Amino acid sequence: MKQRDPELLLQHAPFLREGKTTPSVMVDVLIALVPATLAGLWYFGIGAFLVVMASILGAVLTEVAFISKQHRGESLLDGSGLLTGLLLGLTLPPALPMWMAFIGGAVAIGLGKVIWGGLGNNLFNPALVGRAFLLATFPIAMTTWTTADESFWTFRASNFDIPFTYTEIDGVTAATPLGLLKFDQEVTPLSDLFMGTTAGSIGETSGLLLILGGVYLFFRRDLDWRIPVSILVTVLIFSGILGLFDAERFPAPLFSVFSGGLLLGTIYMATDPVTSPTTPLGTWIFGIGVGLLVILIRVFGGMPEGVMYSILLMNAATPLIDRFTQPRVFGHLRGDRD
Amino acid sequence: MTEIITANRPDAEADPPPIRLIATLALAGLISGVAIVGIFEATFETIAVNKARELRAAVFKVLPGVSQMQELTYADEQLVPVTEGMSSENSIYAGYDKELNFVGYAIPGEGPGFQDTIKLLYGYIPADRKVMGMEVLESRETPGLGDKIYKDDVFVGSFRDLPIDPIIEVVKKGRGGKDNQVDAITGATISSRAVVRIINENNAKWLDNLPSPGSEPGLRVETNEVVHD
Amino acid sequence: MIESENQDYNELIKGIWRDNPVFVQVLGMCPMLAVTNSAINAIAMGMATLFVLVGSSFLVATFKKWIPKQIRISCFIIIIATFVTVADYTLLALIPTVHKELGAFIPLIVANCMILGRQEAFASKNTVRLAVMDALGMSAGFVFALFTLGAVREILGSGSLFGVDLFGGAFEPWIIMILPPGGFLTLGLILFFFNWVTHRREIFLERVAEAERSGS
Repeated sequence: MKQRDPELLLQHAPFLREGKTTPSVMVDVLIALVPATLAGLWYFGIGAFLVVMASILGAVLTEVAFISKQHRGESLLDGSGLLTGLLLGLTLPPALPMWMAFIGGAVAIGLGKVIWGGLGNNLFNPALVGRAFLLATFPIAMTTWTTADESFWTFRASNFDIPFTYTEIDGVTAATPLGLLKFDQEVTPLSDLFMGTTAGSIGETSGLLLILGGVYLFFRRDLDWRIPVSILVTVLIFSGILGLFDAERFPAPLFSVFSGGLLLGTIYMATDPVTSPTTPLGTWIFGIGVGLLVILIRVFGGMPEGVMYSILLMNAATPLIDRFTQPRVFGHLRGDRD
Repeated sequence: MTEIITANRPDAEADPPPIRLIATLALAGLISGVAIVGIFEATFETIAVNKARELRAAVFKVLPGVSQMQELTYADEQLVPVTEGMSSENSIYAGYDKELNFVGYAIPGEGPGFQDTIKLLYGYIPADRKVMGMEVLESRETPGLGDKIYKDDVFVGSFRDLPIDPIIEVVKKGRGGKDNQVDAITGATISSRAVVRIINENNAKWLDNLPSPGSEPGLRVETNEVVHD
Repeated sequence: MIESENQDYNELIKGIWRDNPVFVQVLGMCPMLAVTNSAINAIAMGMATLFVLVGSSFLVATFKKWIPKQIRISCFIIIIATFVTVADYTLLALIPTVHKELGAFIPLIVANCMILGRQEAFASKNTVRLAVMDALGMSAGFVFALFTLGAVREILGSGSLFGVDLFGGAFEPWIIMILPPGGFLTLGLILFFFNWVTHRREIFLERVAEAERSGS
């Protein structure tokens, strides 16, 4: 044991503390992600594994390179870099070249976290910063999807592209359920979305396993239930209302919830305690905002999917939401600040 | 920053009469005006020649086989050649072959793209009711995706020999097959649609008002010297 | 005589590194971010700015005694705007393709605060000779900064430099680099690098000074 704790411990109330630390929460989230990750690897094969590993490697190496020596130990041990890399990997298409996934991981940590001053100071969810960068940088590779029903040992040539090159894959590409709906007006059956046998990002396809992980996090008290509940309820209600106008044109409520990255983003990214509001009222506003934006982007925007931008936009609004939802200090009058 | 001050103005000069301020500014404005008019006059001809050359190149590109052109506009409900002094807004270009026979029109159009206004020119042959070519003159579409509307040879080529009836349609790659359909560029559906929409809009605006095939205005001899290289 | 030559040299050289208008003073950000998606655009914009800055500094330093200080800013702007218009028409006549690329950003040189800043801070207080030296140095620093940014963005964003393909076609372009966010990201990283170098240099000089003190 290093001599880090002083012999006499002086501390403020409360003296009764939860045994929760940053590493323990991170470990819980990692455990919760295991089923969905394994399912993604099962459906998309060895290539998906390589993409996830490259993303994690990019994230962790960047963390090692940029965190100063004094903080390196604890920053690596808290597992947040690992988690960011894993979350980013799960949002990537399975056929992405490994070098792109590596750059995504590096950007996620470099521009998403380190540059803000490390964990706890970042405005945006680091994994989504990495994904947004990749989507803007390599739009074609990031929207080329493959089917889920190939054998596990299928090696995709594009995974092994040498850095700075990219070979477009032909033949085996597929459209995501949201893409099918937007461009071809084809509706994917709910059972496929639930089990995860559709094209899409590595970790987003199986609604069942993602929810399972969310339930685990809820019972471990690692997750503010208000955020996923408010997002999902908003999506259900808003798409239900749109369905009243024209059920043919707008996606059904349950389809909206189970398609795309909504569950992955809602349960594991929107709930990031660093980048979501701290007050109960604030979390409701945050969740409703994400839900509305998701449907608006998906239905009226040019892109089929909008979860990433919705969460990033509400991340940006979080300091403002926090400011305006501060509870009144006891003894102060309404509108009496400070 | 360190600055070296070598010339301090005496304090007495700090408060000149207003008339001096006005005079100084007026003089500065006058000199500036003369300079601007001078450079405008000096470069006017080169700029006009450049623009005309660029336009000619575009017209010849969208109307294959054309070697002469003239600008046409509506005056008194008739399509007449633009002469000096007429406004050249709202005009189209007629192309003629070597024997000065009318070939087709080059119609400029503009409309909103994905980022900013797209300006383009397309060739139209009234006898066949076909678009013969399309050239993007100005656009700020996304590099790498939207800019394929002028960089992708397949997309640009699909506007050659394109029947306009009943209307030009955009379809996803591989889903079309009809003559009046254009394959959208993968990843740039909005830009592809914008190009086709601009052409359809201008077709609706111009086609009904064009003179019937065979009675197009002939090439004016006076314009010959201007357009001849 | 040696004194004055030294001063000329100092005024010329300071703009390139020590007081670099972009990397140190962080001025002229609009053209910096807007037109640096390729090296050739960056150089063209830099040259236009050089022409405007040197011309304006020369005139301002020449006429400084006749410009009353109450209306000096208006006079500076009139002078700058005239040079910008001249540059605009000259580019349009001589290299229309480059003018098309730079588009609205040539007229916007008039709003480049670096240029007005040099008139107010330097040209209006110094001799013509020093003012021109200063303008040349600052413009050189500006061209250097624009070129650095333009080269990085063109290499990553298009895989080429001055339009010459560097990677033989297989390169996958980083599209974000030729879009506005790429400008912000690259500029941020370059500023980061610049500050880091300056910081390391200071630490190094301090250590040298300390070693000398303890040695003597």
